[in-house]
Amino acid sequence: MGNISQETEATEKTVVKSEASWAEPVSKLTIADVPAGAISLNLDGHQVVGPLQGFGPMWQRTYRVRLSGVQVSPEEVIRDWKENFARFQPPENQFYPSLAGIQPGEVIFINTRLIYFPGVRGLVPMKSGVMVLYSDLEMFTVMTPEGFPISGWNTFSAFIEDGCTVAQVQGLVRTTDPIYEFGFRFMGGEGAEDKVWFHVLEQLAKHWGVQGQVQFHKVLIDPCIQWSNAKNIWKNAAIRTFFYVLASPFRWGARLFKNRI
Amino acid sequence: MPQASVKMQVRKASDQTIIVDIQGEITSAAENLLMDAYTQATTVGARNILLNFNDLEYMNSSGIGLLVTLLIRANRQQQRLVAYGLSEHYRQIFTLTRLNDAIAIYSNEQEALASLN
Repeated sequence: MGNISQETEATEKTVVKSEASWAEPVSKLTIADVPAGAISLNLDGHQVVGPLQGFGPMWQRTYRVRLSGVQVSPEEVIRDWKENFARFQPPENQFYPSLAGIQPGEVIFINTRLIYFPGVRGLVPMKSGVMVLYSDLEMFTVMTPEGFPISGWNTFSAFIEDGCTVAQVQGLVRTTDPIYEFGFRFMGGEGAEDKVWFHVLEQLAKHWGVQGQVQFHKVLIDPCIQWSNAKNIWKNAAIRTFFYVLASPFRWGARLFKNRI
Repeated sequence: MPQASVKMQVRKASDQTIIVDIQGEITSAAENLLMDAYTQATTVGARNILLNFNDLEYMNSSGIGLLVTLLIRANRQQQRLVAYGLSEHYRQIFTLTRLNDAIAIYSNEQEALASLN
């Protein structure tokens, strides 16, 4: 029996440290299947981008919650987080993981709203998504496509600290273009981003029966604005979604006309 | 946080060039060691820092994040960061994450050193 458990442990370690944890290299996203309710707008044919390709200052933003008093392993937390990734989001963020779930290379479709005022939900619809860059038993990372409000990665992980399991969201991001940077700085975008991850971690803690106190800290990695990437504005997903919504009546009319013929 | 499973050795290739030999895994646990190696290289006045990945056993997405942070620190000090010895898999990961836009990749130490001249 002793040998069997050693083999299991060795196998698990192999799974955690497998090259298969990474997404296959893609030059551009290709969307084959779209989950019900989602739209593959601002995704198909878009490149994925990292924090180096963004516009604004680069931040490392870390949100964490301690699951005190619960006997749960990091692996269990991550497994449940993957299964409930969409459910833990605030109501204004609709996430649609693909049928395969949180797997390397899979796309998670996102419908949300941007531009916030105190007491008012987001005003501008934004449809896009993220690609799962990396996924193992203890963490997973999503990477943004061109035009997404932020350029970079968000990593969702769990680990043991001082005998307590901790769940963490860590972003290494820049705003993608000057419009998003303005929105983050002056239109409540940054606060809205924080609220999302506070909500997610509170929901995760609640899922495990804990009244979690979310801790947050941010580190300015690079204060420079990358003006050479101001051109990213051409792929701004919010602007494109705005025009897509604006053109909806014409699309409905055209469909109706086509059906009558 | 997990224990670091990595060793880093800093060696001098020339007055301006330092090589960091990485042996093991680059994950979030490697942060202190990597930044210490960088500080050591900077202290001796290195203008070029070569990351030797020949003995890299594994790297996860947190490891890629560490390299981005390292790159930004090097750029701010006007230092050049170069990588060599990456396996085909990690070359592809550098391409996927667009790190290769900012860190030049070479096959071996000789090529990497030659690129600095």
